[in-house]
Amino acid sequence: MDVSEVMSAEAGGRAPKVSVRGLSKIFGEDPGATVALQNIDLDIGEHNFVTLVGASGCGKSTLLRIVAGLEYHTAGEVIANDKPVTGPGADRAMVFQQYSLFPWLSVMENIRFSRKLAAVRGDFTSAEVEAASGRADTLLTLMGLDAAVNAFPNQHSGGMQQRVAIARALMPRPPILLMDEPFGALDAQTREVMHDLILYVFHLEKTTIVFVTHDVEEAIYLGQRVVVMAPRPGRIDSIYDVPLPAHRTQDMKLSPEFIQLKREIIGRIRETSGMKTDIEMLERLSGQVSS
Amino acid sequence: MGQRAYWVFAAIGLLAPLLAWWALASSGLISKVFMPGPGQVLSRALVWFNSDNLAGDALISIYRVTAGWALSAIIALPIGLMIGTFRPVQALLEPLTDFIRYMPAVAFIPLVMLWIGLDESSKIAIIFIGTFFQMVLMVAEDVRRVPVAQVEAAQTMGANRRELMELVLLQSAKPALLDTMRITMGWAWTYLVVAELVAANSGLGYSILKAQRFLQTDKIFGGIIIIGLIGLITDQFFRLAHRKAFPWMYRKS
Repeated sequence: MDVSEVMSAEAGGRAPKVSVRGLSKIFGEDPGATVALQNIDLDIGEHNFVTLVGASGCGKSTLLRIVAGLEYHTAGEVIANDKPVTGPGADRAMVFQQYSLFPWLSVMENIRFSRKLAAVRGDFTSAEVEAASGRADTLLTLMGLDAAVNAFPNQHSGGMQQRVAIARALMPRPPILLMDEPFGALDAQTREVMHDLILYVFHLEKTTIVFVTHDVEEAIYLGQRVVVMAPRPGRIDSIYDVPLPAHRTQDMKLSPEFIQLKREIIGRIRETSGMKTDIEMLERLSGQVSS
Repeated sequence: MGQRAYWVFAAIGLLAPLLAWWALASSGLISKVFMPGPGQVLSRALVWFNSDNLAGDALISIYRVTAGWALSAIIALPIGLMIGTFRPVQALLEPLTDFIRYMPAVAFIPLVMLWIGLDESSKIAIIFIGTFFQMVLMVAEDVRRVPVAQVEAAQTMGANRRELMELVLLQSAKPALLDTMRITMGWAWTYLVVAELVAANSGLGYSILKAQRFLQTDKIFGGIIIIGLIGLITDQFFRLAHRKAFPWMYRKS
């Protein structure tokens, strides 16, 4: 599918939530510099769920971190919530793969951390405090954390910890939620549960989600659009609209559309990852050894 | 390993050398002047306690070590925190600290005597010099070891620099900082004998030095063991404080 075609179709109507224009990032200086991202263009509309996949080194996490404002780009621009991104901000929440929870705070205190920041600054009315505690309770229940509320994060499994991390990120009602391989360290069963949970949150909270993963099945199951990226230099290879209904069920993973799309995307990743040349090289080497 | 097994092993680890020492001393292979037995050391310590003011020596030494260490901590904590957090501060202060920490504290004695004089503060100054520069670097390292994801998570929730320092870096590094304080307290004790070289007329280190002049090896042994015991007790106190202050580190699922 042609990239520009998808983008013009997407941009029709209201302004996108996230807009990446001519974005490049170069690590290091001239001799030995690596092009992490080259000329990225991407628009993500409001209440869209977009997943980024690609072989390692394709820059998918770097792209996400630039949108979060945690890394700088060397050319182009990123606009999020109608403002150019110049650094991290509370309008773009982020869920990390792991180790991002504050282990010295209880589950509840972790979730309320963004409120604590506001309270420290003193810009808080008592009505807002009440609303905040209601919000925290709702998120606890939504994430199935009611029983864990007073425990510390490291008393829980990785899956429970990621629930806390998601609840904490959602607490200030961020319009954009960025997720950097959030389920990458979880086992397959827990991951499936988390998939349905995050889709539920997506529909309930109307958040715009950008989700980075190396798991193609995860990318298709969650995303309305799957952006396939390629390495050396990091770039967008292709973008696929997922031909599945908005409300996903696990059975859909066995549907012909799903399998067909999965085959196509895996093919693209394989072709662009350079793995093919590795195999050729191995064959050449083994030929040399035997001769 | 169970709690009980741990204590059994700890007891063996402490008692075995004591037994070996006793066996060696009572074998008669080595002259009592060089290797006094545990009994002889104990009776000498009792004499020291009863008629030679052991308690006073111990207290003044504890005071000097604690004062030197505390002074060092008060200054090293904020500076280390800044070095660990801000690159320019690191560039400004870390190479200098690295340079100074290789200088032997003993070599500063003549300067300290010249600049500070012969009273208590000169002893405290030596312990300070021996402890401070190591402590600064360890504090900076503790702060640098805070997981990046914790800092970045706070940033994406809108935390500014000050909030990052107070609510994340400092909180996250606290357990490591207390460990650093515990370890550097041990180092402060190792500088005691050196510090009491400076015109002292009391203290455990001074008593050890004086005992050397009279070839009272049993008193030297006693002094060293008492310093070790004080250190062991302090260490246990720090460990207990660690458990009380950071319950989340000890409560695993």
